[in-house]
Amino acid sequence: MSTKPLPAVAYLKIPDEGDPYLEGHRCDACGAIFLDARRVCAKCGARDRMHATRLSNTGTLYSWSIVYRSFPGVEVPYISAVVDLDDGATVKGNLINVEPDPANIAFDMPVEVTYGDALGRRDRDGNAYLSYFFQPRTG
Amino acid sequence: MTDAYIVGVDMIKFGRFPEKSVPQLGAEAALLALDDCGLTIQDMQALYCGNLGQASAMVGQRILQQIGQTGIPVVNCANACATGATAFREAWASVKAELYDLVLAVGVEQMGRGLLGGGAGRSGIPREGLLGSGTMPSVFAEAGMEHSRKHGTTFEQFAKVSVKNHHHATMNPKAMYQIETPLETVMNSEMISYPNTKLMCSVNVDGSAAAVIASERKARELGLMDRAVKVRASVLTSDPWQERDLVMPDVNTCTRTAAAAAYEMAGAGPDDIDLVELHDCFATAEILHYENLGLCADGEAGRLIDEGEVELGGRIPVNVSGGLLSKGHPLGATGIANIYEVSTHLRGEAGKRQVEGARLGMTHVIGLGSACGIHILERVA
Repeated sequence: MSTKPLPAVAYLKIPDEGDPYLEGHRCDACGAIFLDARRVCAKCGARDRMHATRLSNTGTLYSWSIVYRSFPGVEVPYISAVVDLDDGATVKGNLINVEPDPANIAFDMPVEVTYGDALGRRDRDGNAYLSYFFQPRTG
Repeated sequence: MTDAYIVGVDMIKFGRFPEKSVPQLGAEAALLALDDCGLTIQDMQALYCGNLGQASAMVGQRILQQIGQTGIPVVNCANACATGATAFREAWASVKAELYDLVLAVGVEQMGRGLLGGGAGRSGIPREGLLGSGTMPSVFAEAGMEHSRKHGTTFEQFAKVSVKNHHHATMNPKAMYQIETPLETVMNSEMISYPNTKLMCSVNVDGSAAAVIASERKARELGLMDRAVKVRASVLTSDPWQERDLVMPDVNTCTRTAAAAAYEMAGAGPDDIDLVELHDCFATAEILHYENLGLCADGEAGRLIDEGEVELGGRIPVNVSGGLLSKGHPLGATGIANIYEVSTHLRGEAGKRQVEGARLGMTHVIGLGSACGIHILERVA
């Protein structure tokens, strides 16, 4: 069992020193951003032109849904959010610290990425995981 | 190249048939379609079979084990919710290419109940409800909210789609449900993923549909032109790269490129189309496709549903079968079932839900991942 939490997804990076962050892969030829490491750009077809880039921790809400019915063990309701990060990447996650009611959710509302325990979820070996969430931007 | 004609087409009444096997369900539709044109499996030169749930289990061959093992080539295909349309299109292409002049296409599915999508990721913990939602109701809710963001579409407008399609289904004896659902009932049914309530989600059902496709020469030779339906366009697209691809499947662009190609192939435009069966897997999705298919200008989809233009009797009736919302959505069968529906109207055989004078009709399906299949069909006689 790992003594440190593991990242919930491969694009969440937990450095030995400093804060966790989300990592994208940008194509030097056309600028497209991907969340997975890859050799070829799916937008322009360029090969070996990808470089890893640290994604912004701020963005705006592009689209959303409030989820009331999910699989057993998933706490509902919660807000599923599609967020455009300020550097052009789009990431999906839970929008937290907002009461899940359509009246409280606005398109383009400023949000920030926050990091925390993956809702207590553990893998079969008992490892804890670190995940990311969105919350309304303060200040 | 020859023209290709649907000479026989049918579907079983959609429902839940846990006591039957997938090949048994497929065989029922195959026999119905053969009977529809008075032919037998011995007349067929190839079988194109669409099924998703048993994609690696040779469903087409197992259908032939039910209805006649004649040794013909069988192609099994899977393409998410575009599976049936893909099987039909492969069959059509083989006739167009003059490889065969009489072929059978079957789409079949046996469904479980409950939510689709949102399965566990490859990492050690489930991601559903941790990194947003990947369930189909949520994915299509977010696609609908993107439309709201652009055009102000309301929960009520999305809900009206479900009212309309359930109403249409009351006139379709082969639909899963024949129940009126007033607006309040739709909006007050269990919220699944806002703005999609339970009655705004397609029904998981078992079902099958099949079509016999003939070359022009063969259709004439067999004396089958009276009820034949001409395939004016068959188009399949995948999703071109979009900036939000990785978290938000784009069902719009591949539909728009497919529609443009289909209109060009048919030498027709949206104004020439008399009815449309489109992929209303969720009420939110239907609104998007009014615009994607060119049935109205961008931003006018809400008005279309408000003013009844897409109802039976309206300017361009959409999903008069009841659609996936009420007829039901057996994934692999859907793309041929909607070809059956449009063909039935073109033949003037749709009974109470008949679109009067229908000459040209369109079918559309979307498989997430993504695949879009569009067919434009024309009355011959």
